[in-house]
Amino acid sequence: MLEEIIIAGFGGQGVLSMGQILCYSGIMENKEVSWMPSYGPEMRGGTANCITIISDEKISSPIIAKFDTVIALNQPSVDKFENAVKPNGVFLYDSTNVIKPPTRTDIKIYKLEASNEALKMKNTKILNMIMLGAFLKIRPIIKLENIIAGLKKVLPERYHNLLPLNEQALKKGMELVN
Amino acid sequence: MNDTLHLAENLVYKRPKTLINVAMHYCPGCGHSTTHKILCEVIDELNIQSEVIGVAPVGCSVIAYDYLNIDMQEAAHGRASAVATGIKRVLPEKLVFSYQGDGDLAAIGTAETLHTCNRGENILIIFINNAIYGMTGGQMAPTTLENMKSTTTPFGRNVRKMGYPIKMTDLVATLPGTYYVTRQSVHTPANVRKTKAAIKKAFEYQRLDRGTCFIEVVSNCPSNWKMTPVDSNKWLVENMLPFYSLGDLKVPSKEEN
Amino acid sequence: MGELKLMKGNEAIAEAAIRAGADAYFGYPITPQSEVLEYLANEAEKRTGMVILQAESEVAAINMVYGAGGTGKKVMTTSSSPGISLMQEGLSYIACAEIPCLLVNVVRGGPGLGTIQPGQSDYLQATKGGGHGDYKLLVLAPNSIQEMVDFVKEGFDLAFKYRNPVLILTDGVLGQMMEKVELFDQIPRSKEIPSWATVGKPPNRERNILTSLNLQPELMEKHNEHLQAKYREIEKNEIRVETINCEGADYIFTSFGLTSRICIKAAQLAKEKGIKIGIIRPITVYPFPYETYAKYADKVKGFFDVEMNAGQMLEDVKLGVLGKAPIKFHGRMGGMVPTPDEVFHVFEEKFLGGKE
Repeated sequence: MLEEIIIAGFGGQGVLSMGQILCYSGIMENKEVSWMPSYGPEMRGGTANCITIISDEKISSPIIAKFDTVIALNQPSVDKFENAVKPNGVFLYDSTNVIKPPTRTDIKIYKLEASNEALKMKNTKILNMIMLGAFLKIRPIIKLENIIAGLKKVLPERYHNLLPLNEQALKKGMELVN
Repeated sequence: MNDTLHLAENLVYKRPKTLINVAMHYCPGCGHSTTHKILCEVIDELNIQSEVIGVAPVGCSVIAYDYLNIDMQEAAHGRASAVATGIKRVLPEKLVFSYQGDGDLAAIGTAETLHTCNRGENILIIFINNAIYGMTGGQMAPTTLENMKSTTTPFGRNVRKMGYPIKMTDLVATLPGTYYVTRQSVHTPANVRKTKAAIKKAFEYQRLDRGTCFIEVVSNCPSNWKMTPVDSNKWLVENMLPFYSLGDLKVPSKEEN
Repeated sequence: MGELKLMKGNEAIAEAAIRAGADAYFGYPITPQSEVLEYLANEAEKRTGMVILQAESEVAAINMVYGAGGTGKKVMTTSSSPGISLMQEGLSYIACAEIPCLLVNVVRGGPGLGTIQPGQSDYLQATKGGGHGDYKLLVLAPNSIQEMVDFVKEGFDLAFKYRNPVLILTDGVLGQMMEKVELFDQIPRSKEIPSWATVGKPPNRERNILTSLNLQPELMEKHNEHLQAKYREIEKNEIRVETINCEGADYIFTSFGLTSRICIKAAQLAKEKGIKIGIIRPITVYPFPYETYAKYADKVKGFFDVEMNAGQMLEDVKLGVLGKAPIKFHGRMGGMVPTPDEVFHVFEEKFLGGKE
């Protein structure tokens, strides 16, 4: 198994932590992991992304241009990374605020009203968990219980009261994929 | 009069144990030799040879380690107080001093000097100010007096063009990190005694972890001032001391001692 | 097996420093490596009593390293390219006075203020001296977070073995990215005092002096000869290199640090097209593994050197290959990172496309 993913969106949408949760959970399943964030001024209000690689084998390059999966959380990321998906790859995006959807026909496109769903669940911060749940439904590379264990590592202890809500969001994301 | 007392009174010079018995490279009449001697006397009297680590940066005193029988590090130009910081931070129980000239401490090393004092590093900084670059041959120093001649101010220091002489000691006295700041000299036996007392006090304060002690020694440079030693001391009194006035700039309050 | 953790490169350096029993760290913030100082500020003192000090500049930081290192303690600093430039004066003094210490350069693209994005453009500065005078740092170039961790420990050992500054030459990607690392167990801080250390002169030994000065040229030359003899010893003992699939390869890709991993991926792309690619990765870039290149120089059709600079290691590769095979180069600059697809494409163009 080798899954090469890029997750992109606005700073503050939880893009970087999605990748980190995947990595922590991957380690629990004895997988090799690599997480490379965009860094610098982009982090402040602009777009952020992280390349996340989960593999059974030793990972060579942490920097890649073509991905098995792109997860896009805003319009600029949809625009920027539509062409970065490998043929037959997965393009998963939050369609709530996207007015120009992806158009490629050689990839599998999944759209989710994830921001709206997060609003319905009364916490916009769980948007990333809804997206992550959806991704795991599409590409079940890691078991849900390990994702939750990974979440515990990424989430500072003072927020551990929010773990049940995050778990609900993950499951919501899974449900929303058809 | 008692015989023993009589002998003691006649004993006018004794080489301190810590001062190595070699001919110094310092020019005749230079204040460095005297300052080295009293520094060694203090080390002997406090019996701290095994605890002292000295730092001497670029300048006339860069090879002070040839004369002082203590562990020493030579430092890059201007960096002595950073080097001393490094030593003191890992060996807080030892006694650390830097011995720096005015070009070193007040020009190229200004940032290190101010920040060391501002952090209140628990070290002693001995600052020899003779208002000139000695080792490189008499160029203008940051402390060179207004209208004073040097090889790079052949017509005298024009302060509008070359800046004003800087009073580092006054500057560091304003910083909360410094504990004891004083300006002394070694041009008369009385002043030598006062400077020695200041150095001794500074080591005692360091032992008590009180912060940075800063002792400026207003000194001379007969060779680059182009004077005899005697004339240079006279010039020092007439020109240096009116601007760099002697005395304590910051002393511990009575309760602290 | 040691503790497994997911760690950012910069944090891994800091954690490894604590575990290696480092006594002190002096540094100054600069992107992309400020997390080292931040992590240490949080963790180090409470765990081992390690001294952590944010200096007023890189100039001051390296001189604090000089002072503290001169007492025989395990001392380190980290910075990124512009900061490392500021440290060159101090490094020259440290090398000459033979003060062991560990440095990390998390390289960013230059010259000048350049960019905060990754680069490998400090190779020549790192491997050929950097400051004034004839001296060498021992330079390790990790390509994973695991190696960053391991090299902190080994770097200290090498620094003390040779009384020489050791530099870990890494880059912004390795500083910022996260990988799984196995951490070694805590090594207690050493109480040993090396014989040369300036710690206060006891009555029963001569005074110790650490200096880089000798006004007599005859003696200064002698000291230089001593340093050179030490560097020859390092060249004899410490060369490290990784070779992958070089036997029977058609071409060899060569690269250090991060780009070596990009080359490994590019070699996989080549394999899919039936081209056999070997990899030579210098792990020590000083001392440089010239002989490894010589060994394969007349067995392959060519060498392809990939770096994030204008061709700095290329000069050493040429000295290894000695004209026995064609060498082509692909470099990105200014903070740009080549992708594996790009590397393979350029290789195809330069060696198989008949261009140039």
